[in-house]
Amino acid sequence: MKHLWLTAYNDIIESLRARWFIVYSLVFGSIVVILFAFGLSESRIMGFTGLSRILVTYIQLTMAILPIFVLITTVRSVAGDREAGVFEYMLSLPVSLAAWFWGRFFGRFFVVFLPVVLAMLGAVIWGVFKGGAIPWELFIYYTCLLMSLAWCFLGIGMLISTLARSSDVAQGAAFIVWLTLLLFLDLILLGIMIQDDLPANIAVAIALVNPLQVFRTATMMLFDPQLVLLGPTAYVILDNFSQAGYIIYAIFYPMAFGTICAGMGYFIFKRSDLP
Amino acid sequence: MTHNSMIQFSNVVKQFRRNKVLKEIDLTIDRGQRVALVGSNGAGKTTLIRCLMGEYKYHGNITIDGQNPRHFREQVLSKVGFVPQLPPPLRMPVGQLIRFAASLCNANPKQMIKVAAQLGFDALAFNRQPFVKLSGGQKQKLLIAIALGRDSQLLVMDEPAANLDPDARHILFKLLAEKKQSAAMLISSHRLDEVASLVNRVVEMDQGTIVLDDEVADLVDMTSQLACTIRMIQHEEAFSRALTEWGFHPAPDDNKVWHGQVAGPDRLRFLGMISRYAALLAGIKMNEITSSQIEAEHVA
Repeated sequence: MKHLWLTAYNDIIESLRARWFIVYSLVFGSIVVILFAFGLSESRIMGFTGLSRILVTYIQLTMAILPIFVLITTVRSVAGDREAGVFEYMLSLPVSLAAWFWGRFFGRFFVVFLPVVLAMLGAVIWGVFKGGAIPWELFIYYTCLLMSLAWCFLGIGMLISTLARSSDVAQGAAFIVWLTLLLFLDLILLGIMIQDDLPANIAVAIALVNPLQVFRTATMMLFDPQLVLLGPTAYVILDNFSQAGYIIYAIFYPMAFGTICAGMGYFIFKRSDLP
Repeated sequence: MTHNSMIQFSNVVKQFRRNKVLKEIDLTIDRGQRVALVGSNGAGKTTLIRCLMGEYKYHGNITIDGQNPRHFREQVLSKVGFVPQLPPPLRMPVGQLIRFAASLCNANPKQMIKVAAQLGFDALAFNRQPFVKLSGGQKQKLLIAIALGRDSQLLVMDEPAANLDPDARHILFKLLAEKKQSAAMLISSHRLDEVASLVNRVVEMDQGTIVLDDEVADLVDMTSQLACTIRMIQHEEAFSRALTEWGFHPAPDDNKVWHGQVAGPDRLRFLGMISRYAALLAGIKMNEITSSQIEAEHVA
């Protein structure tokens, strides 16, 4: 266990000094600043105003940025480290492969999640400073969802990094995975598939399997509890899960998905050539 | 496997897709042996080392003290000090790297810092400096210090002296001499003259096979030094610069005469450098100074 936390700590120290982390932090920090600067907290949509309005918009933007950021930075740095000889040296030290792999996973998770949650915390602190009401329930719910989303894509990233032998291939694969998930996020595409005789259950299953769609539906659920925006699909979700059930599913399913991907990555990693 | 054998390669084959990089390698290395692993680029040296470190999967069997490095990573690697040819581009600070390595190896970081200081690198002064921002020589010294500053029974080094200045090379040879009875050494290089004096056995590889495996006379005292005087026919800037890099100084009244010291195991390398300026050479004198003389000189 000691080696695992040492590796995690090491990875955090390495990442905090990396250029990608600075860019990544700036992006999420800037989103919150821009949302405030454009006076979004003063506007109202579907009953949301103030800090809640900011958080609703923030999470929608995060859904677009976080997965691709996590994927690309993970595969670039992990596969890049392998290419640059970091693996050759670090794995010549007496550290178990499990401690090395999972240590890097936990360290990386901390690093990718930190700027996202800090940006949200910044918004909350700003809200307190301005004397606005703090939507703690929304804050905790969104934090859990973001944690789950980051975990999921980190797991996918670790799997891709293990499979791809060069950072170029890894980046290409990460981009294709993200595009595929994004494609099935499109309800129009699913609608066309249904029109072409795809059974509705399969279309709903695709939506429930796609972690991006699960996240999206869960975020919608907060300002649209009846999921009116989703149309008939809402009946399937609400009938089978109930609102609370779906929220639990939306938090735990992506985490399980990410864990399975990372687990497969570890399995392949320890059975293949390391550097 | 002989009683004293530490490393055993038995019928080791490594293949990357259709390309067979190691072909049925059989090799035994005993404790106390210092082996030069030489060969041109693509001969299979790095692959052999990576298989030995358990980093590559392979067919056949490799053991270090009877244990497979792939299956008993922590036990095996805790005995191995490794110095790569190209330092990894680590962004972590020097202090963090030392603490990390020492903690994994159950070693005392102060010992690593001490070895680094012996090599001429003040690790404490660079404690917060990212490793990647050190110079090539500083990186090399730190990696050697991490490998030698712990209880390694096998030293695996890829051109360890390549980036070192002459003084640091002399210290390295002394440190290796201290380990020579208790540890086995595998020193990889694509040029034999770089490592010849360090070793007592040469294994040459070519296209994935061992083409030469020979014991060499172990006559060079690894801690010895040679007092040298070089006389040039005429002063030449390039030659003078090369001598300065070896720590030589011109005589006060004659810039055609240069004095300096060369580490014993470095003599072949030094003569290799001198041979490039053979046409300018009017005379050369080399006298071995024994360890006791060096110590007496230091005391004085």
